Amino acid sequence: MSRHTLSVLVEDKPGVLTRVASLFARRAFNINSLAVGPTEVPGISRMTVVVDADGDLIEQVTKQLNKLINVIKIVELTPESSVQRDHILVKVRADAATRLQVTQAADLFRASVVDVSTDSVVIEATGHPEKLTALLSVLEPFGIREIVQSGTLAVGRGSRSMSDRALRSA
Amino acid sequence: MSKGSPISPSLMATKSTGATKAPERADRTADHAAVVADLAAVSPVLGPNNVVPPTVMTGSQAIVRSLEELGVDDIFGLPGGAILPTYDPLMASTMNHVLVRHEQGAGHAAQGYAMVTGRVGVCIATSGPGATNLVTAIMDAHMDSVPLVAITGQVSSGVIGTDAFQEADIVGITMPITKHSFLVTDPNDIPHVMAEAFHLASTGRPGPVLVDVAKDAQVGQMTFSWPPKVDLPGYRPVTRGHNKQVREAAKLIAASTKPVLYVGGGVVKAHASAELLALAEATGAPVVTTLMAKGVFPDSHPQHVGMPGMHGSVSAVTALQQADLLITLGARFDDRVTGVLKTFAPMAKVIHADIDPAEISKNRTADVPIVGSVKEIIPELTEAVRTQFDASGTPDLTTWWAFLNNLKETYPLGWTEPDDGLSAPQRVIERIGALTGPEGVYVAGVGQHQMWAAQFIKYERPHAWLNSGGAGTMGYAVPAAMGAKVGEPDRVVWAIDGDGCFQMTNQELATCAINNIPIKVAVINNSSLGMVRQWQTLFYEGRYSNTDLNTGHDTVRIPDFVKLGEAYGCASFRCERDEDIDATIQKALEINDRPVVIDFVVSPNSMVWPMVPAGVSNDQIQVARNMTPEWEEED
Repeated sequence: MSRHTLSVLVEDKPGVLTRVASLFARRAFNINSLAVGPTEVPGISRMTVVVDADGDLIEQVTKQLNKLINVIKIVELTPESSVQRDHILVKVRADAATRLQVTQAADLFRASVVDVSTDSVVIEATGHPEKLTALLSVLEPFGIREIVQSGTLAVGRGSRSMSDRALRSA
Repeated sequence: MSKGSPISPSLMATKSTGATKAPERADRTADHAAVVADLAAVSPVLGPNNVVPPTVMTGSQAIVRSLEELGVDDIFGLPGGAILPTYDPLMASTMNHVLVRHEQGAGHAAQGYAMVTGRVGVCIATSGPGATNLVTAIMDAHMDSVPLVAITGQVSSGVIGTDAFQEADIVGITMPITKHSFLVTDPNDIPHVMAEAFHLASTGRPGPVLVDVAKDAQVGQMTFSWPPKVDLPGYRPVTRGHNKQVREAAKLIAASTKPVLYVGGGVVKAHASAELLALAEATGAPVVTTLMAKGVFPDSHPQHVGMPGMHGSVSAVTALQQADLLITLGARFDDRVTGVLKTFAPMAKVIHADIDPAEISKNRTADVPIVGSVKEIIPELTEAVRTQFDASGTPDLTTWWAFLNNLKETYPLGWTEPDDGLSAPQRVIERIGALTGPEGVYVAGVGQHQMWAAQFIKYERPHAWLNSGGAGTMGYAVPAAMGAKVGEPDRVVWAIDGDGCFQMTNQELATCAINNIPIKVAVINNSSLGMVRQWQTLFYEGRYSNTDLNTGHDTVRIPDFVKLGEAYGCASFRCERDEDIDATIQKALEINDRPVVIDFVVSPNSMVWPMVPAGVSNDQIQVARNMTPEWEEED
């Protein structure tokens, strides 16, 4: 099984997220992460879905997704031809004694401290999933209180726009 | 391309060409352009596309008016609180509304109507339990790709989500079993939603579409105009097959010495039986028609080798197992056809033509995938085959036909007489088919009687055989027959039902009697849930757990089907002896002023043969209990 990142353009209609999510559930496909938001085109949303599947299954996933009436277009973004980022907020134990070490660790990962209290800090980081895993393992010894993580966001490299072409052909 | 690779270029461009490889991008684009041009020439709005200038009316009036403009003639439904506003203008409409006794009946009736006419079947129900009663029929239509529009009332938009009286999230409930669904809360959306629903239900791979309309959207004022704009940017079904793929298919056919045309329900839905006949005769290949395709190729045609699958004929099952090429047309490699998938047709290359790209290589990988309507693909393939045969010679199928004809002769469909002195159910069904003829319509429930009706009635034309194939819905027969009779009032329509199935939906006999829908119901009464009983006989040491229904010979007969039929205003007969079978069927055929119910009392011990037991290869087909054909002696 390998990891695939799918960019899915959908009509921004009620229930579209449910349609996509329940399709994965009932066809027994595994979603690794899912991120949804509006695009530069009003009425069109973009989902980034990360799935673990082998070649035949990913073909079936995309065909089934394409059958959903509200799905306009699907593109698989390979790691080489796209930029992929996760976003994370981590609340870490940090008192006067350890605060400096924690913030230095954050600096090494180009993460920033966005909240400080007497015994904790909140660190915000953006990056490839592996980088965030590495950051977490560095912070782990200080004591992680909470993690909030987004789904992967991905965009193709270069000047072309997925939604632009999709809407022209529509 | 620096921007990541499209999943499948064809899918991207058109959302449907199913080729897994990515050949000839330019060709595909050109093809797609042609399809788009074709589609643009035809309005996506069904019906005559009358121009209606903006007119103020209520949402309810807009629903009824939209149905009229879409060309709907018949509707099956049952009113209730949340759909009441729509039933008021419906009363003034010229459309024929058939008041059913249970919403499931409305759903199956709409299916039966759609199956015989090829038009969209329409059913209406109220919110909550009215809508959930449609669920079985919607799922059935989804499994068998039946064009169906279900209109349901919903509580007012202001109280949606508050667990209001008779509120159910029917859009959510039916999401996995509809092609698409709409929740309408603004009356101005009604015309375009209705047009979109009918367009979706009837084009591409047909299927059920739900339109859930909140009560305030029915009551509210709106401005109606027609035709509306259909706006479905994500829906672009491909109908034209890819030329190169068609030529590849023709090459495989020319190189094959053991080809089989594996024909499914898609060919019926596409109204492509004439095209199929031409292809079959051009190739000379044997034809198997699945349970959903019975009649699309005449049973009497010498190239027809039978129905494949769990209860298929030895010749059809073996043809597929031994084939070196499957020419798959509108079929989906269902598990009831393939048996254990990895042992299915092990030597065969696969050509797979289907309008739904997701069916291609879902179960069995296709060597030559062709996405499109078989209505367009089959003639192109026939032409390509003729050209290919002219160029490279016509393949010699003599050995293949000798093998298959020998199987047909050695293992014809048949039955053994029951040892309890009761009638053989197969004989009853065979006689119904023989006395009624191929112009009749035969609608089965689910179980043994369904298989026998598929085996022993001779189908010579498409749309003559209706059953619940994918879903296996007991109770389908009576309401679906009712819908079929409404759609084709001049044909004799038989519901061939079991005593178990019949008890699930026989309330629609009232609908039939009152609305002058004279269907004929043959209850094949073996006093049990016969197919389950057969499995108990074969696989559970004859322990008959909860399969005895006490309706047949030597039982308390609860209910007494003759009395029940009479209570519903039907002519009702009981037939218990072989010598009465023909006369009883004749009597039924002569009655046309009311429905007929015949209680055919038959043996509970008869079993459906041949059979491929679940979980084994189709090679293990049994012609009778523990009897497998002797392959060594075949030639």
